[in-house]
Amino acid sequence: MSFNKKYKEMEIGAVLPAATGLQFKTGDWRTERPIIDYQKCIECLICWSLCPDSAIKRKGTKVEINYDYCKGCGICSVECPVKAIRMEREEV
Amino acid sequence: MATLQETKQKMMEFTGDHAIAYGAKQAGIDFVAAYPITPQTVIVEKLSEYLADGMMNAKYINMESEHSAISAVIGAELAGARGFTATSSQGLALMFEELPVASGMRMPLVMAVAMRALSAPINIHCDHSDMLSVRDQGWVMMIAENAQEAYDQTIMSFKIAEDPSVQLPAMYGIDGFITTHNMENVYTLPDEMVSEYLGVRKPLYRLDPDNPMTFGPLALYDTYFEFRRQQHDAMMNAYEVTKEVFGSYEQMSGRKYTPLKNYMTDDAEVLIFAAASTVGTARLAVRKLREEGVKAGVSGVTLLRPFPVPEVMETFSNVKAVAVLERMASLGSPAGPHYMDLASAVYPQLDLRMYDFIYGLGGRDIDWTTIAQTAKTALSDAEHKRPNETRFLGVRE
Amino acid sequence: MAKRDYKPITKLSDLPEENRLVSGHRLCAGCGPAIVARLATLAVPDTPIVINATGCLEVGTTFYPYTSWSVPWAHVTFENAAAVASGVVETLDKLSKEGRAKDAPVIAFGGDGGTFDIGLQALSGALERGHRFLYICYDNETYANTGVQRSGATPFGAATTTTPAGRVIPGKQEWKKDLVGIVAAHHIPYAATSSIAYYRDFINKVRKALSQDGPSFIHVFAPCTFGWRFDTSQTIQMGKLIVETRIFPVFEIENGALKFNFKVPNPKPVEEYLKTQRRFAHLFKPENKNLIELIQKNTNENWERLLRIEAAGKIF
Repeated sequence: MSFNKKYKEMEIGAVLPAATGLQFKTGDWRTERPIIDYQKCIECLICWSLCPDSAIKRKGTKVEINYDYCKGCGICSVECPVKAIRMEREEV
Repeated sequence: MATLQETKQKMMEFTGDHAIAYGAKQAGIDFVAAYPITPQTVIVEKLSEYLADGMMNAKYINMESEHSAISAVIGAELAGARGFTATSSQGLALMFEELPVASGMRMPLVMAVAMRALSAPINIHCDHSDMLSVRDQGWVMMIAENAQEAYDQTIMSFKIAEDPSVQLPAMYGIDGFITTHNMENVYTLPDEMVSEYLGVRKPLYRLDPDNPMTFGPLALYDTYFEFRRQQHDAMMNAYEVTKEVFGSYEQMSGRKYTPLKNYMTDDAEVLIFAAASTVGTARLAVRKLREEGVKAGVSGVTLLRPFPVPEVMETFSNVKAVAVLERMASLGSPAGPHYMDLASAVYPQLDLRMYDFIYGLGGRDIDWTTIAQTAKTALSDAEHKRPNETRFLGVRE
Repeated sequence: MAKRDYKPITKLSDLPEENRLVSGHRLCAGCGPAIVARLATLAVPDTPIVINATGCLEVGTTFYPYTSWSVPWAHVTFENAAAVASGVVETLDKLSKEGRAKDAPVIAFGGDGGTFDIGLQALSGALERGHRFLYICYDNETYANTGVQRSGATPFGAATTTTPAGRVIPGKQEWKKDLVGIVAAHHIPYAATSSIAYYRDFINKVRKALSQDGPSFIHVFAPCTFGWRFDTSQTIQMGKLIVETRIFPVFEIENGALKFNFKVPNPKPVEEYLKTQRRFAHLFKPENKNLIELIQKNTNENWERLLRIEAAGKIF
């Protein structure tokens, strides 16, 4: 973003507007990806609340993995009370 | 120029510390973080009295250390406050971590420094080693000679620091005990005049739930340098802004400040360069020297950072010799802090010789005869083209 | 100051949908502190202002020009989160009364390093002065950001990069500092411990803390997958085990009286927890067996001590 900006084009004091981090996609960190089986999902929102990366999109009680950011830690898979999330190896 | 009567200024009897507290109160500070250290204590004590008597509408917090004090003021500034604190010596040293932080985060807080010797050995009396040790940290810095200047610089510091083209923290120093605890006549402006002059702080950015921003991120080698570059520009702007503020303050008060305080320098052959209360003593030395036929003058530093190079060039252009009086020993350096500033400013354009004299460390007194002698020594050394050597005044050697 | 009264939530769907710690940060996959920060900032509907000490959470989320915070956020230095928060809270109080700013709940985050050790003075001062803010210490039991060095919160026997398990010295030889005890001695309205595995407990403690009329403090256990050497998917399980073994008691101290939240009637032996992390692997060598016994003994004694404190009623 600002890597090429000249000093007069950068905000003084290194101040940043909110959430510019969304531009940094961390999805390529993962080696496994979580896949939700919506037949089993009970919309408890546990996966959404525990994801360290806020990488599960939530609309009401519906959830969807955001693969742009998911780092594949596997917490959602382990913690899902109905085992609706499985981890699959990413293709190389 | 308005007269004192016209501007409705009141003559009050203040010690330097009290004058600062009064000025800060009038400046409409929103937040004070206080931690006591001799000889600054009266500043924070007076402010707490104003608070307790309902005379000051500011948040006053007694912090548990100087480091936390300046941290709290930075926090207050982040939230939009006009913040103030004061310290001395070891307290300033403890705050050191936060000095470049305040500057780097562009928080225009103001701090009064009761200049006092640094430990070890522990000493509570005046020298300039505390403030001069932090001169590179990106703060606008002024030095006050007496209680009147302390009062005036309190108000002016806010005006300079908060200027949109500056947005840097500002500190100003007064001599510990010599000025902090000496009762002097101080002309004070009416409250409304100061309020109107400074207004309320309008921060460029602040912690605001309706406009969330991030302050203080990590900036690595690909971005950090540009922020320091910005601060350089701000410091250069501060030079112009300070002169503008000196001008507008003169309109209000009738007192004229200049980056260098010159006395009998126009036709001087030898200059004495000094800071703070010593400038007053040096004026006496110069009058005595003139009686003897020595064409001496005094140049006292008011604006230390940004260093007023144009004024130095102008003042020093026709002198043969300068006796630089330093109240700090910059151990291991080729010369003291003032000498290094001056030498960098005038080299190689001016052809003069400067001589360094370290005096008054730990509060040791200096009198006009000693100062007068330095001018004569400087003249004589210049004539004989002797190189500078660091000399100590008043040490039992 | 405006009164805040956040009742406990019962459903996770009661939490705001919009994240306050958003995606794209550089924290490790499976980072415990990330979950702490996410849930703490989501715990109340009002936008919180976050003051963050230097550490993993701060560095990992604000890498110029990227910031993962969608709420007002400030980092100053390592040891002064509580001092900075003091300045922010009092300023917001004054400026909001004058119509110059909007008041908001203030949360200060510090890691165990920035709280137990270098930040203790600032925390103590802020608690003593009674500012209305919540200090959350996310405890990953090391100076994680600088490479997993030992802190005052590192447990006995743990291997860190400054207390390595060597031939002569088997890891850290000192016991974990009782920070909540120190905090409670400041007689603040509310202090609590929590484990990120018990997210409802944690969220409701944040809500209760932010409803106080003075300072509040939560010490939350935040497992570090990288520093402790366990699989990234096990963060929550670690948070459960440490509670189930009674090593990390979960309780509240409200108005001076301690109350357990989880009584853990059938505690697991400490080995169940210690064997899951490589930082304790050396304890399982035959010559170090007594160390595990020491840890079990200390865990039991600590639990008993807290039960006695609980029985004593209002004691702080």
